[in-house]
Amino acid sequence: MIPELGQFALALALILALVQGILPIIGAWRGNAALMAVARPAAAGQGVFVFFAMGVLIYAFLTYDFSVAYVADNSNLALPWYYRITAVWGAHEGSMLLWVFILNVWSVALATFSRQLPPAFLSRVLAVLGLIGVGFLAFILFTSNPFLRMLPMPADGGDLNPVLQDPGMTFHPPVLYMGYVGFSVAFAFSIAALLGGELEQAWVRWARPWTNAAWAFLTLGIVAGSWWAYAELGWGGWWFWDPVENASFMPWLVGVALIHAQAVTEKRGSLPAWTILLSLFAFSLSLLGTFLVRSGVLTSVHAFASDPRRGLFILGFLVIVIGGSLLLYAVRAPKVAKGKAFAPLSRETGIMIANLLFTTAAAMVLLGTLFPLIGDALNLGRVSVGPPYFGFLFVLLMAPAVLLLPFGPYLRWGKAEGRQLTAVALRAGVAAVICAIVAAFFADGHLRAIAGIAGAIWVAAGTLSYVVKRWREMPRGRRFPAEMAGMLIAHTGVAIFVIGVMLSESLSVERDVRMAPGETATVGSYAFRFDGVRETTGPNWRADEGEVTILSDGKVMTTMHPQKRTYSRGQIQTESAIDAGLFRDIYVALGEPMDATDVEGAWALRLYDKPFVRWIWLGGLFMMAGGALAACERRFRAKKVAAVTQANGTTQADGTGTGSLA
Amino acid sequence: MNPTRKRRLAIVISVIVAAVIAVGLIVFALQRNMNYLFTPSQVQQGQATQYPSFRLGGMVKAGSIQRAADSLKVSFIVVDADGAMPVEYTGILPDLFRDNQSVITTGRMDDGRFIASEVLAKHDENYMPKELKDAMAKAHQNRKIDDTAMKDTPQ
Repeated sequence: MIPELGQFALALALILALVQGILPIIGAWRGNAALMAVARPAAAGQGVFVFFAMGVLIYAFLTYDFSVAYVADNSNLALPWYYRITAVWGAHEGSMLLWVFILNVWSVALATFSRQLPPAFLSRVLAVLGLIGVGFLAFILFTSNPFLRMLPMPADGGDLNPVLQDPGMTFHPPVLYMGYVGFSVAFAFSIAALLGGELEQAWVRWARPWTNAAWAFLTLGIVAGSWWAYAELGWGGWWFWDPVENASFMPWLVGVALIHAQAVTEKRGSLPAWTILLSLFAFSLSLLGTFLVRSGVLTSVHAFASDPRRGLFILGFLVIVIGGSLLLYAVRAPKVAKGKAFAPLSRETGIMIANLLFTTAAAMVLLGTLFPLIGDALNLGRVSVGPPYFGFLFVLLMAPAVLLLPFGPYLRWGKAEGRQLTAVALRAGVAAVICAIVAAFFADGHLRAIAGIAGAIWVAAGTLSYVVKRWREMPRGRRFPAEMAGMLIAHTGVAIFVIGVMLSESLSVERDVRMAPGETATVGSYAFRFDGVRETTGPNWRADEGEVTILSDGKVMTTMHPQKRTYSRGQIQTESAIDAGLFRDIYVALGEPMDATDVEGAWALRLYDKPFVRWIWLGGLFMMAGGALAACERRFRAKKVAAVTQANGTTQADGTGTGSLA
Repeated sequence: MNPTRKRRLAIVISVIVAAVIAVGLIVFALQRNMNYLFTPSQVQQGQATQYPSFRLGGMVKAGSIQRAADSLKVSFIVVDADGAMPVEYTGILPDLFRDNQSVITTGRMDDGRFIASEVLAKHDENYMPKELKDAMAKAHQNRKIDDTAMKDTPQ
C-alpha cells in the first residue's frame, strides 16, 4: 500500500508542477496578481509531495520491501542500512527521483528566500522551474517508475552495484545533482528576464548567490567523484576523460565562466547578453549530462540504463529545453541586452578573455565526448577519442588562464592602468622563477614538475600580493568582504590544484608487479613486502585480503590490506588500500592470483607511490569553499532591491559597448 | 572609419583568428587521437592495416588465457564468429576478464599478434558494449550467423 502512496504523490506533484508552470506565466503576461500568487504555494505543494515520495522510497529500502522491483533489484537482506539509503540513487529510477527531489529543494528555497523580488519576475522564475519539474516528473511516471511492484515478491533482493558500496558514494550523487540542478535557478532567471523583456542589475545580483552555491556543489561533487574513482575503481587514476566525467565537467567549465560573467553584469551592467547565454548553456549542459549518463548512448563504466524509450524521452526534452531557450534568446536578447562599454584594458576584458577560454574548453570537451556519435552518424566507423586529445587541448587552453589569473584582481573595472600590472607581474614572476630553480634541484629534471611549481607559485604569489595590498589600503572591516575572500580562496585553490596535478603526474611511480609471498619490490622511495593473502568476509561479500608491509630505509612504516571482494551476486570488486599523506599517497591494489587454483601463491599487484596527489582534491575543495563563501556575501541579500534598481537600472542605455557583440 | 567601427573590426578580426587557431588545433588533436574499433575478422580482412594503433573487440576464447611463469605477461585469443586474433598484454587484467567475456583492447599489430596496451572488460553480466555489439553485427552482415554462434569458438 505504501509504495502506491509514493506513486500517487508523484502524480499529484506532476499536476501541481503543471499548475506552477502555466498559471503564473499567464498571470505575469496579463498582469493578473491572483494567477501570479499561485506560483509560491504550488511550488511548496509540489515540494511536499516529492519529499513525501522520496521518503516512501527510502522507507521501502529500510523495511526490505522487496515487492517493489527497484528495491528488490538494488538491495538485499545483508546490505547495511546506510548502503540501503544510498541504494535509493544506486540505479536509474531512483536517481531520477533524486533529480526531481533536488529540483524541489532549490524551488522551495527560492520560494522562501526571494520575497523581495518583483512579483511578476518571481512568478516567471518559479514557473520555469515548474516546467522543468513537469518534464522530469512525467519522465519518472511514464518511463522509470521506482515504485513498480514485482509479484510474486522475492524472498531476498539482488545487490547494490558493488562499486557504489563505498562511503564516497553516499554523498557523491546528491552533491553532484545539487550542482547540476542548481544551475536551473540561473536558467530560470535568464528565461524569466527574456520573457519579461528586461534585465536589471539587481536581478543579476539576486541570481549570483544561487549560481555560486550551485557551482560550489558541482565542484564538491566532481571532487568526490574523482576521489571515489581513485580509491574505489582500483586503477589509481584521478581523471579518465570518461564520457560521464566529461558530462559533469562541461557544466562546471561553463559555470566558471558564468559566475565571473554574472559579476561583470551585476557590478557594471556590461555583457548582459553573454551572461544570459551562459546560464542557458550551463543548464543545457547539465541536462545533456543527465542524458549522456542515463541513456547509455555512450559506452562508459557509469552507464547503467540502456532503454531506448528513456533515451528518446530525454532527447525530446533536451531538444525542447535547449531549442526553445535558444529560440527565445534569439528573439528577445537584442531587446534585453544593452551592454555598457569598457576599455580594452579593464577587468571586464580580462574576465571576457577567461570566459572565452573556459567556454572553448567546454566546447572542446563536448566535441570529444560526442564525437563517437558524430562519427557514427557520418558513417566514419566506430570511433572513440583518446584521453590525449582532451589532455593536450585542455592544458593548451588553461595555460593562458593560469597565466592571466594573478592580474584579475588588479585590473580596475572600466579602465585599468598598465603600471600596476607590470609591478605584480614582476613580483609574481620573480617568486615563480626562484621557486622553479629551487624545485629543479629536487625534481631531477622532470620538466612538468618544475613548470607546475612555477605556475602555481605565479598564481599564489600574485594572489598573495593582492591580499597584502587590500590589507594595507582598506580600513579594518572592509578589507575582505565574503565575495572578495571567496575569490581569493578559489584562486589559491587553482594554485594548489596545479601543484597537485603537475607533481603527481610527473613524479608518480606506478608499477604492476608479480609477487610471491615474502618477496619485496621497491617502488619510488619505499619497499613493498608482500606477506600473502588470506580470506575474510563482510556483511554481503567475501574477499581475498592481501597483506603488504611498507618499509622505508629498512624500517616498517605501515601495513596495508588491499582486498579483492566477491559480492553475493558474484560481482568482483577491487578494494585498494591507500596510506594517505599530505605529501604522498602509497597505493596498493590486488590484481589477480597468478594461478587461480593457488590463491596462497603469487599475485599480481599494483604498487604506486604518488606524491602530492591529495593536492588535486585539496585544490578542488579550496575552489568549492571559495564559491560557497562568495555565495554568502551580504550585499547579495540586500533588502532594498527596489531602490538600488532605480539607481542603476537607467544607466545602461548606450549600446556602443562590445558587450552587445558578445 | 570612425573609432567605434575600427574597434569593432579589430574585435571581429581577433575573434576570427582565435576561432581559426582553435579549430585547427582541435582538428589536429582529433586526428592524432581517434581510435577505430575492429573485430578480429575485420582485422584479418585487412581493414585495419592503415592504422598504426586501433582497438580490437570481441570475445575471449574459452581456454585460451595463458600466463607467463615469471612475469605479468598474459596471452589470449579474441574471437568473433569467423575470425580469431592472438593478443599479448603485460599488466593486470580487469576484474571481469575471463573466458567468453567481451573485451575491448587498445594496441597495435606486431607480427600477426595484437600487442595490447590496455584491456577493458564488459561492465556487468548482461551488458555488451554497444559499439562492440554494432561492430560485431556489422562484421557478420550477410553471413547468416546468429548471436548464439558468437559465443562458440569458431574454426
